[in-house]
Amino acid sequence: MRGGVARAVNGVSYTLNPGETLAVLGESGSGKSVTAEAIVGILDSPPGFIPKGEVRFRGDNLLALPEARRRQIRGQHVAMIFQDALSALNPVHTVGSQIGEMFRVHRGMSKADARKRAIELMDLVRIPAARARVDDYPHQFSGGMRQRIMIAMSIALDPDVLIADEPTTALDVTVQAQIMDLLAELQRERNMGLILITHDLGVVADVADKIAVMYAGRIVEEAPVHEIYANPAHPYTEGLLASIPRVDMKGQELYAIKGLPPNLMHIPSGCPFHPRCPYRRDDVCTTKVPPLYDVGPARGSACHFWEEVLDGSNR
Amino acid sequence: MAPTAEAVLEIRDLVKHFPLTQGIVFKKQVGAVKAVDGVSFDLYRGETLGVVGESGCGKSTLAKLLMVLERPTAGSVHYKGQDIYKLRGKDFKAMRRNVQIILQDPYTSLNPRMTVADIVGEPFDIHPEVAPKGDRRRKVQELLEVVGLNPEHINRYPHQFSGGQRQRIGIARGLALRPEVIICDEPVSALDVSVQAQVINLLEGLQNEFNLSYIFIAHDLSVVRHIADRVAVMYLGSLVEIGTDQQIYETPTHPYTQALLSAVPVPNPVGRGERERILLSGDVPSPADPPSGCRFRTRCFKAADKCAREVPLLEVRPGSPHPSACHFAEIKPVVDTVDA
Repeated sequence: MRGGVARAVNGVSYTLNPGETLAVLGESGSGKSVTAEAIVGILDSPPGFIPKGEVRFRGDNLLALPEARRRQIRGQHVAMIFQDALSALNPVHTVGSQIGEMFRVHRGMSKADARKRAIELMDLVRIPAARARVDDYPHQFSGGMRQRIMIAMSIALDPDVLIADEPTTALDVTVQAQIMDLLAELQRERNMGLILITHDLGVVADVADKIAVMYAGRIVEEAPVHEIYANPAHPYTEGLLASIPRVDMKGQELYAIKGLPPNLMHIPSGCPFHPRCPYRRDDVCTTKVPPLYDVGPARGSACHFWEEVLDGSNR
Repeated sequence: MAPTAEAVLEIRDLVKHFPLTQGIVFKKQVGAVKAVDGVSFDLYRGETLGVVGESGCGKSTLAKLLMVLERPTAGSVHYKGQDIYKLRGKDFKAMRRNVQIILQDPYTSLNPRMTVADIVGEPFDIHPEVAPKGDRRRKVQELLEVVGLNPEHINRYPHQFSGGQRQRIGIARGLALRPEVIICDEPVSALDVSVQAQVINLLEGLQNEFNLSYIFIAHDLSVVRHIADRVAVMYLGSLVEIGTDQQIYETPTHPYTQALLSAVPVPNPVGRGERERILLSGDVPSPADPPSGCRFRTRCFKAADKCAREVPLLEVRPGSPHPSACHFAEIKPVVDTVDA
């Protein structure tokens, strides 16, 4: 049974303002990376395709633009960094030429000028001895340093939006703290919008302004960061927050969301979370897809019984 | 889960160096990667000892040494009074039966061409005394039930299961021979958050049921805090601090432990930006050429001249009620006890 369409993203909407950090939270297979790839226009297609929707960047629908125009926007206005810097960087070119490529291609700079700018950027992302290391290859750097090189590439042309797809997942906590600090600082200085894609509830709590929680290709909850941690309005968010090991829970069983994330080829009918949900009522949840209900100022929840969840008395 | 004082494993001055060679025909040793360099601790019956540290600190080499998948350069590990590296033949096999491992990646640690019955039943081929041939299928089904899998799925292949279910298969295999010690090498780090909790609960339940001792190797500090009775912190091949979970998490005395704990993002936005963070500069040095004296001194905020000259021993110090390998050890709480 290999035929069929995996519905990775099913009606996702979000907006990002300048200088704002939006965290897109979800487990593997929830569609968070595919959404980002669609925004940047690097979705593998075929096999991937976007049946409908639009991505508006300052009013222009990116999905309708011709590829040549799209290329100009990508890198100059919308840039992206990836989880695994080693496979995202080209192993046979020096890091200096890869960072400099941005200036050569988009700005038409000479090789020598581009190299100078590459060194400046490496300094900016605090790579020690940048001048000496500009001609090194990616494999000669440590994981944290490679991620810095990717960040240098992505901010080279001063983009308005930076999409960071699990930028610190492959790194150790002490290095993760360095990279997140660097990203926050660059964002402040440049008033960049940042879309942070992650599954780490700790990182999100640290940096996000608002959060979109994804499940089975949909946004199931959207809210400002303080509200969502204090009082989630969707059973899935509630379950995720409850399953974090906490100090006062030591020796007790952890709360676990039962079951597994759905197969994207066979997303459950009605609410996709219903087979795992403690609030389920079979008559409603298995048949009606919940829209993103308006549940408060700048808050949405895709649960028929969001009032009950928000009330919190079942927790 | 109260650990008794009976030590199941006694690890003393364990050292593993991997030689670095130069030349193709005439190989000449030019140095060594000091992956594990003088590690000592005890594991008590029924307890969980968490081992934390960053990648490259030697956690996994330590696991391989304890499993005798690698032989040490020096040092000893005593299991019930016998040095496991000196055991041969029947005694060695008996020891192996009692020390099992659960690996990190449930995608690469299960043979894709073997069914669940073969994977979980394979330990019985090597140790037929545990389950006679005719009885094996039933035993495997029992094990599947214990770890929360459907016993009817015994003829399926690993690719037919999800990540969390595969990890359960790995756990069933680890349990098959009724071991006393299980070494868990990052058992939940490849899993999604919602599935992680299920597997942690399973491991804790099994420990109570079978009185198992765990060495729980992980880089996720909050998971270790939840499951461990004692915690050992590793940096560049040696232990820098060891103590009960409370001692390590609430009153850490080694600067590395303090920095590590302060770097963990707290899953609660209240008070963010006000938390004190100890940011370490730079990366972990190469284990092929570790710094002289204290290995942490190149990144340490307390480093002084003494640190370059004298190797600090892992011992109880005036500023540290539990063993800490820092000349200037002192208690510094870095994590709120009432977080989250």
